[in-house]
Amino acid sequence: MRFLRPLALAVAALALTAGGAFAQAKDRIKVGFVYVGPVGDFGWSYQHDQGRKAIEAALGDKVETTYVESVPEGPDAERVIRQMASSGHDLIFTTSFGYMDQTVKVAKMFPDVKFEHATGYKREPNLATYSSRFYEGRHVIGLIAGRMTTSNVIGYIASYPIPEVVQGINAAYLAAKSVNPAVQFKIIYAYTWFDPAKEADAANALIEQGADIIMQHTDSTAPVTIAEEKGVLAFGQASDMTRFGPNVHLTSIVDDWDPYYVARAQAVLDGTWTSGDVWGGINTGMVKFAPLSTRIPEDVRKLAEDAIAAISAGSLHPFTGPLNRQDGTPWLAPGEIADDATLLGLNFYVEGIEGEVPK
Amino acid sequence: MDLLALNPVALFATLILAATPLVLAALGELVVEKAGVLNLGVEGMMILGAITGFAAAVETGSPALGMAAGAAGGMALALLFGVMTQVLLSNQVATGLALTLFGLGLAALIGQPYTGIKPPPMPVLAVPGLSDLPVIGSMAFGYDPVVYLSFALIAAVWLFLGRTRPGLILRAIGENHDAAHALGYRVVAVRLAAIAFGGALAGLGGAYLSLVRVPQWTEGMTAGAGWIALAIVVFSGWRPWRVLLGAYVFGGVTILQLNFQALGLPVGAAWLSMTPYLVTILVLVAISADRTRTAIRAPASLGRPFAAMN
Amino acid sequence: MWRIEPRPEPSRAMQAVTPVLAVGLTILLGAGLFALLGKDPVAAMRILFLDPLLDPFARSEIAVKAAPLILIALGLSMGFRAGVWNIGAEGQFIMGAIAGAAVGLAFHDVQGIWLLPLMTLAGALAGWAWAMIPAILKLRFDTSEILVSLMLVYVADQFLYAMVSGPLRDPQGFNFPLSRSFHDSATLPVLIAGTRVHVGVLVALGAVAGAYVLLAHHLFGHRVRLTGDAPRAAGFEGVRAGAVVAACLGLSGALAGLAGMFEVAGPAGQLAPSLPVGYGFTAIIVAFLGRLNPFGIVAAALVMALTYIGGETAQLTLGIPAAATETFRGMMLFCLLGLDLLVRYRLRRPVAA
Repeated sequence: MRFLRPLALAVAALALTAGGAFAQAKDRIKVGFVYVGPVGDFGWSYQHDQGRKAIEAALGDKVETTYVESVPEGPDAERVIRQMASSGHDLIFTTSFGYMDQTVKVAKMFPDVKFEHATGYKREPNLATYSSRFYEGRHVIGLIAGRMTTSNVIGYIASYPIPEVVQGINAAYLAAKSVNPAVQFKIIYAYTWFDPAKEADAANALIEQGADIIMQHTDSTAPVTIAEEKGVLAFGQASDMTRFGPNVHLTSIVDDWDPYYVARAQAVLDGTWTSGDVWGGINTGMVKFAPLSTRIPEDVRKLAEDAIAAISAGSLHPFTGPLNRQDGTPWLAPGEIADDATLLGLNFYVEGIEGEVPK
Repeated sequence: MDLLALNPVALFATLILAATPLVLAALGELVVEKAGVLNLGVEGMMILGAITGFAAAVETGSPALGMAAGAAGGMALALLFGVMTQVLLSNQVATGLALTLFGLGLAALIGQPYTGIKPPPMPVLAVPGLSDLPVIGSMAFGYDPVVYLSFALIAAVWLFLGRTRPGLILRAIGENHDAAHALGYRVVAVRLAAIAFGGALAGLGGAYLSLVRVPQWTEGMTAGAGWIALAIVVFSGWRPWRVLLGAYVFGGVTILQLNFQALGLPVGAAWLSMTPYLVTILVLVAISADRTRTAIRAPASLGRPFAAMN
Repeated sequence: MWRIEPRPEPSRAMQAVTPVLAVGLTILLGAGLFALLGKDPVAAMRILFLDPLLDPFARSEIAVKAAPLILIALGLSMGFRAGVWNIGAEGQFIMGAIAGAAVGLAFHDVQGIWLLPLMTLAGALAGWAWAMIPAILKLRFDTSEILVSLMLVYVADQFLYAMVSGPLRDPQGFNFPLSRSFHDSATLPVLIAGTRVHVGVLVALGAVAGAYVLLAHHLFGHRVRLTGDAPRAAGFEGVRAGAVVAACLGLSGALAGLAGMFEVAGPAGQLAPSLPVGYGFTAIIVAFLGRLNPFGIVAAALVMALTYIGGETAQLTLGIPAAATETFRGMMLFCLLGLDLLVRYRLRRPVAA
């Protein structure tokens, strides 16, 4: 099931490239990627690597790509990025929030190299940021989960209590609750993006406490595998994890960086690249879904598909008022939509979620 | 906060699963240390066992073969340590550390093509009739064969060390290798055998991690379990049955921390995660402070090189 | 038949030669390993060992990477000579970084040249204190310093996370577990423009000189060596083993804490959970590879740092996985320990009767 809206993406890319100073068009470019995990994680880094391969497929011999994987955030990252910058790369993607300051430093040192930093917020004339509205995906799976749970307990494996993760929890909860007022979320922070053993333990703990659907914001396939073992339903993360849980995998939120990456590489080739920020969602094709499982009943499937279409068209926003914060104070007035700035700094749960956002 | 949401039977089962790799690795190291050798390379042996077991299981489709391969992998690495420390007389601490580093790197290397693959599932030993008993049924029965093997091994080691002649010889060597040598016992040979056994068990524990507990292969997946096993050996006072207790304490705290979160208990995850290590230190102090018990428990020749050559 | 017989005393010549032999043997084995992986072994070795030496920035990075290894290894080597096994240097490194960062962040809106020395003091003190825990426990209860110091590494790691997501977290940081970036007064000045070489490199070199003097010409060094080689003789000479243990652990802790502070105030520039990368453990290899000798340690640290830098390039240009270079480092230690045999034993052909 594909909901490609490359038009919206093209508009976004055009907005970035138009009006900028004209850089030199090139015949051939070298594009580098810095990954925080192994490309074999079948999660976050794997998807970015798919984007890299998409660039190769689309641009053929006009492009040469390289990558370094499992680069720890911190001083080592700075060296790797710098090494790429000084070895003839024209465009470098740094794919983790923790690379932010290092990318900024190197970008300042190499003004002729273009940098793209994922999920960050610091920019330079030659450093752009990009991210995906994962929470839109969370809304959709929240709808499915709310309708398909029988125990009314949904387990959520979170990584770190950062805004992106809190957005996801809130969006999923709100959606689930809207179709099932009795639903309850149990949330465990694993304090890691990728640690299969810990994620497996977290999944087990949630199942022990009555969850019959597992959602994850961590990168490994362990939770889905455990869910398959224990016979509870699960949603995968970042890439299609069906084969790890053939009987229980409902769908995954898939990060599809391909169109964005190809567009940006093309922009460097054409000399039209400029800095900016892109926060794309379902409408630009960055948020996709793995094929919906046949276990999902027809009416729930329709519910999900309608939501996807509505979000894509802009007529539905997962954070629309009336909405209160967890402590009861009002957050959004009826019909009011949360603005990007608030979402980017989101650090509170919405009303109804039990437990606190860890400090 | 709803404590009733916690299912004790399921919790117990998870605890057993979490503790089994620790039980295996610690038991193996216990035997090695009883013979007077300190092998710090448990982490390396565990992770090598994890990948050799995983690879074998995936290639052959048999989890049993995988377990065997895991044990073999751990044993191979252990023998390298054995030859270096017992025959070449290299420094035990340094060699053990080298083993860990080398094992971690080699495992990661071998494991490159195996990330993101699903291993063949481990069968559960259901005893007909007994497993269906409420509560006790799922708590005591219905685990995979390796769990039962680990209990059997503890009993076997206890019997061996405490009640057999070869076990007595091994302990004598651990207490005073010079005297044992003078009595004609083959110190090097016995120690090599103990080291091999320790390696096999550590490898088995590692394979259990990658084939049952997670089940998946990832670089560095042991995440310090080998070091914890070392601590458990001391925690247990070098007594086989106490290894179980130690493994549950360590496995338990991690599981507990996760469950507390799910219950909505505002316990700082970082602080809670510290507790097993702090508890170990306290236990270490308690054991060491009680001088008479330590003198009886810790093998006197532990870590000292055996230098008589013929 | 050939016999292996112990040398009357360890061979000096072999002691100096074996590390070089070990590196050589590792290169051979490593080349074999890379060939097995399907990579060009000659190119791999060249990229690992030669190329970084040819690029000025890479050379400076080698110095930056070697500095904390040297500092920590120097401290460790003292202890190892005395039979004191500090395996927890990584934890002491972390605590030193936290303390230094805490001081720097506490004064984040104040400028002054007194801040860096204060941070340095805090870092060294914190590392010292963290190492004194296993020291005191060993002196009082005879607990194994190996296990205690090791357990404290995990405690320190969790403590780092607790600090960086709590009291030391950047209030403008969107709830991410990261501290503020250090302001100018709390950042180590760069000594060579265009590089990341900081004062920690100089301190490391100074520490080498200091360690040499301490070991070779100072009573303390004599006591350390005696305690390690002949503990009973040391007792007769009036050396209190307890004092030596405490001093060695304390010194290595202080140096590790210092290294941690330099790393956080220099190349890192902020406190993050990703700060510890294993220098405390790598330094153990460096100490052994350098034969516990200050100058040997410098050479060993440089070789180690070389493999790190070269390894990254190898990943970039040849696609050699990071795990391969890790295996490589482990092999180096193994080869050294194996070749150690030549220092203490020699081959003898039996004399015909």
